[in-house]
Amino acid sequence: MRTLIFRSIAPFLTSLMVLFSIFVLLRGHNEPGGGFIGGLIAASALAIYGIACGVAAVRRAIHFHPMAISAVGLFMAALAGVLSVFAGVPYMTGLWIYPSLFGVELALSSVLVFDVGVYLVVVGAISSIALGLEEGDRD
Amino acid sequence: MSAAAPATTLLVLMLPFLAALIAPWMTRRLGHNAAWILALAPLAIFIHFLGFAGEMADGGVVTGGFAWVPSFNVSFSWLIDGLSLTFALLISGIGALIILYSGGYLKGDAQLGRFFSFMLLFMGAMLGVVVSDSFLMLFVYWELTSITSFLLIGFDHTREASRRAAIQALVVTGGGGLALLAGLLVIWNITGVSQISLLLTYGDDLRASPFYLLALLLVLGGAFSKSAQFPLHFWLPNAMEAPTPVSAYLHSATMVKAGVYLLMRLNPVLGDTAWWETILPVFGGTTLIVGTLLAIRQTDLKLMLAYTTVSSLGLLVMLTGFGSEHAIAAAVLYLVAHSLFKGALFMVAGLIDHETGSRDITGLGGLRKAMPITFLAAMAAAISMAGLPPFVGFLAKEEIYYALWATDPWSLAFVAVAVVGNGLMFVIGFAVAIKPFFGAKVETPQVPHEGPALLWLGPLLLGVTALVSAILSPLTHRFISSPMASAVAGQAETVSISVIPHMGPALILSLVTVAFGIVAYLMHDRLRAGIAWLLAAIGWGPDRGFDQLISGLVRLSVAVTRLVQPGRLDIYMTVTFLMVALALIGPMAWYGEWPSMPVWPADAQFHELVVIAIAFIGLLAVIYARDRLTAIVSLGIQGFAVALIFMLFGAPDLSFTQFMVETLAVVILALVMTRLKLTSADHRPTGRKLVDLTVSLACGGGFMLYLLAVTQQPFNTALSDFFSAYSKVVAHGANVVNVIIVDFRGTDTLGEIAVVMVTGLAILSLIRIRTPRAGAIADNDPDQAPVPAQSAEVR
Repeated sequence: MRTLIFRSIAPFLTSLMVLFSIFVLLRGHNEPGGGFIGGLIAASALAIYGIACGVAAVRRAIHFHPMAISAVGLFMAALAGVLSVFAGVPYMTGLWIYPSLFGVELALSSVLVFDVGVYLVVVGAISSIALGLEEGDRD
Repeated sequence: MSAAAPATTLLVLMLPFLAALIAPWMTRRLGHNAAWILALAPLAIFIHFLGFAGEMADGGVVTGGFAWVPSFNVSFSWLIDGLSLTFALLISGIGALIILYSGGYLKGDAQLGRFFSFMLLFMGAMLGVVVSDSFLMLFVYWELTSITSFLLIGFDHTREASRRAAIQALVVTGGGGLALLAGLLVIWNITGVSQISLLLTYGDDLRASPFYLLALLLVLGGAFSKSAQFPLHFWLPNAMEAPTPVSAYLHSATMVKAGVYLLMRLNPVLGDTAWWETILPVFGGTTLIVGTLLAIRQTDLKLMLAYTTVSSLGLLVMLTGFGSEHAIAAAVLYLVAHSLFKGALFMVAGLIDHETGSRDITGLGGLRKAMPITFLAAMAAAISMAGLPPFVGFLAKEEIYYALWATDPWSLAFVAVAVVGNGLMFVIGFAVAIKPFFGAKVETPQVPHEGPALLWLGPLLLGVTALVSAILSPLTHRFISSPMASAVAGQAETVSISVIPHMGPALILSLVTVAFGIVAYLMHDRLRAGIAWLLAAIGWGPDRGFDQLISGLVRLSVAVTRLVQPGRLDIYMTVTFLMVALALIGPMAWYGEWPSMPVWPADAQFHELVVIAIAFIGLLAVIYARDRLTAIVSLGIQGFAVALIFMLFGAPDLSFTQFMVETLAVVILALVMTRLKLTSADHRPTGRKLVDLTVSLACGGGFMLYLLAVTQQPFNTALSDFFSAYSKVVAHGANVVNVIIVDFRGTDTLGEIAVVMVTGLAILSLIRIRTPRAGAIADNDPDQAPVPAQSAEVR
């Protein structure tokens, strides 16, 4: 699999896919997409990078242990639900604010935080399985 | 702040737990002297509850609490009446003395802080049991006492005997707790109330219910296991593996009385029936006799006392079962007297053990000169236990005989039981108080001398209390016995017995008991030999039965595990898919609701047909593939075709996800296959192939039929209408699928991503399992001894 062409292209392909996954994640609320699909795209991006350049390179690139990324995601998702406590509404009620940044109105919400949590859980869990398998008998 | 303020009472109920929290830290700073400060917590509780005494004496009842789970009508609420008050005073009063005693007894022990912590935790739990009004709160505290008792019995966890005793106590009392829970739920269902204070008016409904016997038996299961009634008594003597303060506090003065408390508490609603008045006296009387006979057999001071505790509990159950006015008064007095004298005697036994290094009664003697204060305390307790004036034990015994005396055979039988039981307890009481102190001096492992104040303060104070409460009996009755007896009887009662004996059958029975006791005391050695011979002749007891039960359970679970977990992946897969097929086809066959034959869609477009054809080709390729890798990739082709179909029929989200899942599935499956180092092609015998083929056809056919049947139903648009109407308005999102996932059903998703993560962790650990040597993962066969280390090296 480690042909020169594949190895040269893989980093660009991976970056593009990760970028695309974030795009899919962010637009998910109004158009096809969301945290789940975004996470799957990012996980396959990492899998491609792993096949092309080796597991060590992927681990260096994402810096954290994939399971830790997953844990952070789960924690974020749970916390996003807790945010509603401060507004005095039941757990997991979506909260929205619309700050304007450089004249553009941004729609930020606890739902978005939750979706990012979903994204991270999926990326972390799937890539840790894939990386674990790719590593073979080395540890 | 008034004593009745709910916040104060809540704080007082939490106080032992708070003290338990700081106990280890404080013990690190102050050593065993931390006992003086920690004892302030039970003292404060004692004073708080003493504040209720006046109100209780006037027949008052204090209730209070907070809503806990209002939707299930569960509250954290307490009920303080004469019964709870007496128990609370005993728990906190003796508790304070025990904390001091523990400080002296375990002085210098590295684990002393932990010990204090457990003791205080237990105190909080026990206090909770006796003040609980709500059923569930009672159950939680009840089990908490079992758990703390487990921790305390197993305190010296390096010894196997204490570990076994701890587990045994937990299994018996914890199991009984579950029976109690079931019993309380039955009562809850019959009456519709979940609070003891409300229950009192439902006594007649309960007794008339067809489920009365069920409720009674379940509650008795809880009470009898906790209060060590025969044949469940065996855990209590074994619990003597715990340090002596534990035996004095949990296993004589308080926890084992929880069962008696429960019976007394429920007497107004469950009592006064033929069942109640038969089961309780019979079991109680049997326990009384068995307990005293086994006590005579022992030579270890603690075990002698432990078995008499069993018999005292039997006596209490028997009296509660009689249910007459005098029987209740007798039970109340005896309960208080027993807590005082048995707590004191246990502490004396511990004191002797601590100072001489031995607690075998045949190896002790002549300690009177060396340990005068201990001797004094022991005598006071023994006189009370023997039922001699002027101690509170005398009041109790007189009242017992008043209650039991009648000339019908049923009563006479129990009078005989009581006389024999009391006479033998007389023997044990004096054996513990006299034999170690009189006679020739015997060499002991340590040179005997009087223990520190921390150790003798407790037994001495309890002895004094037993004396004072009897002499000032009008005050005792007004503030303690009468309110408690009223609470047990469910109506106002007055207890009036005093230390001045008056002629009557009760006095004559007392004299008979004393005479019997003296004779038996003189023949103690011969009796002991006789009972030892008898037990050897029987050769089996519930204690061994417990071991047989546990090892039987282990063998059963091993057999079941071997049956359902044979450890072969192909069997698991076949069973799983077979079940899926059954679940899909079974209901349709059972109800005869097969889908009708679909018609060929007239408006099928050419490109749609092409996509479906690609899916078919992918499937055929899977079947005819020569090696595994090709099969996996072909399966991916089929998956992509399905994703395309989703796309064509307007489900872009689903389609996206399907694409990604298929891609990752191919990658991960390929990785797994390379890792498993299987042969590249698949060689199954023809028979096996036929079985697999049948299962897969059934599964796939089942899914097809199921989907056809579902789509042939008229489509209910309620949900899609709701979501398309509200997704933009309420959740500010146009993508309905995503809005459902992250907003409408966000909590579901939270659960799902937790599952995703846990699955990831599980798969990761499966991948990481190495099998460097054969047999590295031990076969958990309990019948086999663990493989010794050197044999593993040989291999």
